[in-house]
Amino acid sequence: MPNTQTIPSPIGLSIPRVDAVDKVTGAAKFADDMQFGPGLLYGRLVRSPYAHALVKKIDATKALAFPGVKAIVTGADTPGYIGLYLQDRHIFATDRVRYIGDPVAGVVATSEEIAEQAVKLVKVEYAELPAVFDPLDAIKPDASILHPDLGKYTVANFIFPKPGTNISNHFKVRKGDVEKGFAQCDVIVEGEFRVPQIQHVPIEPHIAVAQAEQSGKITLWASSQSPFAQRNLIAKALDMSQGDLRVIAPYIGGGFGSKAGVSMEACAVVMALKVRGRPVKLRLTREEEFFCGFVRQGLVAHTKIGATKEGKLVAMKTEYYWDAGAYTEYGVNITRAGGYSSTGPYEIPNVWADSYCCYTNHPVGGPMRGFGMPEIHWGIEQLMDQVAAKLGMDARAFRLKNCLKTGSEVVTGWKMHPTGLSECIEKATAAIDWGKREPASAPHKKRGKGMAIMWKAPAMPPNAGSSSYVRLNEDATVTVGLGGQEIGQGTHTVMAQMVAAALGVPVEWIRIATPVDTQYSPYEWQTVASRLTWSMGNAVVAAAKHARQQILELVAEHWNEKVADLDIKDGNVNSYRSEQTLPLKNMVVYGLPKEGDCGWRGGPIVGRGNFMPTYVTGLDAETGQGPRSVVHYTVGCQAVDLEVDTETGQIEILRVAAAFDVGKAINPDQVRAQMEGGVVQGASSAVFEKLELREGKVRNPSFVDYRIATTVDMPRQIIPIIVEEPQDDGPWGARGIGEHAMVPTAPAIANAVYNAVGIRLPSPPLSAERVFLAMQGKTDDRFAGRKTKV
Amino acid sequence: MSQHEITLHVNGTTERATVPSNMTLLTMLREVLVLTGTKNGCAAGECGACTVLMNGEPVNSCMVLAVEADGAMIVTVEGLARDSKLDKVQQAFVDLTGVQCGFCTPGMLISARALLDRDPHPSEDEIKDALRGNLCRCTGYTRIVEAVKQATRD
Repeated sequence: MPNTQTIPSPIGLSIPRVDAVDKVTGAAKFADDMQFGPGLLYGRLVRSPYAHALVKKIDATKALAFPGVKAIVTGADTPGYIGLYLQDRHIFATDRVRYIGDPVAGVVATSEEIAEQAVKLVKVEYAELPAVFDPLDAIKPDASILHPDLGKYTVANFIFPKPGTNISNHFKVRKGDVEKGFAQCDVIVEGEFRVPQIQHVPIEPHIAVAQAEQSGKITLWASSQSPFAQRNLIAKALDMSQGDLRVIAPYIGGGFGSKAGVSMEACAVVMALKVRGRPVKLRLTREEEFFCGFVRQGLVAHTKIGATKEGKLVAMKTEYYWDAGAYTEYGVNITRAGGYSSTGPYEIPNVWADSYCCYTNHPVGGPMRGFGMPEIHWGIEQLMDQVAAKLGMDARAFRLKNCLKTGSEVVTGWKMHPTGLSECIEKATAAIDWGKREPASAPHKKRGKGMAIMWKAPAMPPNAGSSSYVRLNEDATVTVGLGGQEIGQGTHTVMAQMVAAALGVPVEWIRIATPVDTQYSPYEWQTVASRLTWSMGNAVVAAAKHARQQILELVAEHWNEKVADLDIKDGNVNSYRSEQTLPLKNMVVYGLPKEGDCGWRGGPIVGRGNFMPTYVTGLDAETGQGPRSVVHYTVGCQAVDLEVDTETGQIEILRVAAAFDVGKAINPDQVRAQMEGGVVQGASSAVFEKLELREGKVRNPSFVDYRIATTVDMPRQIIPIIVEEPQDDGPWGARGIGEHAMVPTAPAIANAVYNAVGIRLPSPPLSAERVFLAMQGKTDDRFAGRKTKV
Repeated sequence: MSQHEITLHVNGTTERATVPSNMTLLTMLREVLVLTGTKNGCAAGECGACTVLMNGEPVNSCMVLAVEADGAMIVTVEGLARDSKLDKVQQAFVDLTGVQCGFCTPGMLISARALLDRDPHPSEDEIKDALRGNLCRCTGYTRIVEAVKQATRD
């Protein structure tokens, strides 16, 4: 149990980021800033122009003859499968392509310009196949099958593909008795929701540089959230040892999940193998970034919810059809997470849920901030508002009545751990004066308030681990080895605080060993799932405590005292018994001299530690029930106060309050910064963003046509609120926040728009055009629930 | 592709280079002068990550040809700090957490610098307007705007 009585400094202090000075001076090195010398070669990819086709023939003779071209690679050079949870992907297409943009060949040349020209000279012969562009079409019995070999793919044991179909995972919940449950309900509400694909839009596009030696050793420098996962997945696909593939990942210019797992980095490695001894740089253009890496999956959701007239939720039936794209090696777990989270953060005794991961000839769906939670909460939170309205209950009161409390049974059968969800609801809504009808700022504007709540658990294998070492230098500065990436979330700063507190030194003495380098850094599963503060935090604390123990044992022996009477504070070892004191410097490397010049004791201090949850159980394949499905949940609430301009349909957010239960805010300012960033990314996804897919082609792969929030789109006021209900196995009670702030924003805005002007759209974005047309009673057929073609 | 000899003044230093006609100022800064602080986010003049000062005006360096910068005074993020002392906007970004991933930061700082050089006491709306061409995906902009405001105070 965390000792919440004495929280050592600097836990809970908002110290400045440890990387801020490097970043404001331009000194921070990102992958494209690294210098590789005049031998650097450049790669560009030949990509399929067809959504679904067989690859009949590739003729690269003209391209190879082009001056400056050094090599061409194709799927024939690397026929192995690759994938995180399901190995359904080739690095370069072999017999078929499954989305517009699917890499078919790679050109390596002395400049990017030459490589780009040579790409046009590669002749590929395709035979088009019927394509599938909607998950509801993908599941039809006569649908074109994207992966005929689905039954042969290696798959994690908690994913259930249906061979012979386009369903690569089917997650089920069968809890209680939904039919009996609905029969008890006085109010039932049903809805269909369609969430389109969006993209992460990190300001730094994907980039990888790879170099392979004749010895077989490979080095990969990449803007990667997951150097160890990249090492593992690529090594497996190439049938080589993880020990011979070194991945180095410097600062990342934004990830949001786009740089998790593996995507284009594997292409760079295969290209490097053809030009041994020379580094090959592969960069995505901004246009490619929109559809050639990962996108957030689309979702078609049918959901039915019922409650008694007392306002108690009794039953829910839901089907999710995920538009998961051409390869679902990562997306299958989003399907699972969506399924086991399908109730939202509520206690509902009778649940029937089916979550289907559907192959479509669309860009590859993958992890994006929230991992399925924003997509499912869009529908859930709007339906909850509708249930409350039908009951004549205030939306806030309805949620306070039904939301998870400590000990509530969650959808998978586990009991909710101590949680501050009710406190989040109370504080977020109070911050925008919930219940008070306030006037709009002009006669042509309408003002409304809305709210939404959320939950999310880190979605990962049950044995995702973290490790760390803590090494002291001569002047007692502390070098901390870790494998988690600084993607902007502030993790390196928070880790420095934790080591300082656990060891007993000023935080200014901490040096995080960057860049993460799989040759020297200790293992970290991935920088995803908002898991680092909790998981890597536990590992660095264990390593710091191990170092501390070694130091105390050394000094105890030196002073002939007991370890229990000693402490380390501000970089000095102190005895409470004899009141002696000794600074850490020098002894942590050179040890201490024995009396009478008779030798030395001690040696260079290196602490090590790791953390891996040991208690996560499986879930029954038929019922989705299990003793403990996840490690923990972060919960929260957002409340939005906005105006709709009835002349233009534009939405202006006046206030948005965001309250999340983070267990313990190690650095409160950084936690608030995550909430602010998540709110704006969530609002941007609610109001602006959609990948306009037509026949498999993304029509808007540029910043002109895919709008993201700018300074002039900011909410007028963002009110971040920290709630702390400690996590039993988190460092000082901490759990994650990175993803959660984006999850409830879109439905909170949708609910506020309904409150203002009485309209709901089944799909985001709530663009000015669509809101305006809806207010006129016109719905654009392009966006309405799609009529399935029979 | 013809080559041109150009001379430009970057962060107070005179630089001479021979560049092809179609090389952008961004590429010249990053690859010829190896000033990698200025970033490439889109190569299309839309994200602002490549913003530098050219004769005092903020420009998207990916949209300026190197040959157009012949004779120009260029300031990049590397030119803001002096003798290890951060300028006021940089210090404010550090103190108020105006930085997360840091990729948009160099462009943001240059746009902010251009604004404050033009108008030492802008309103909040003027700050937002000056930075609307610098996209940020991490911070939500609140602290960036606060940091620019902070830099206007003594």
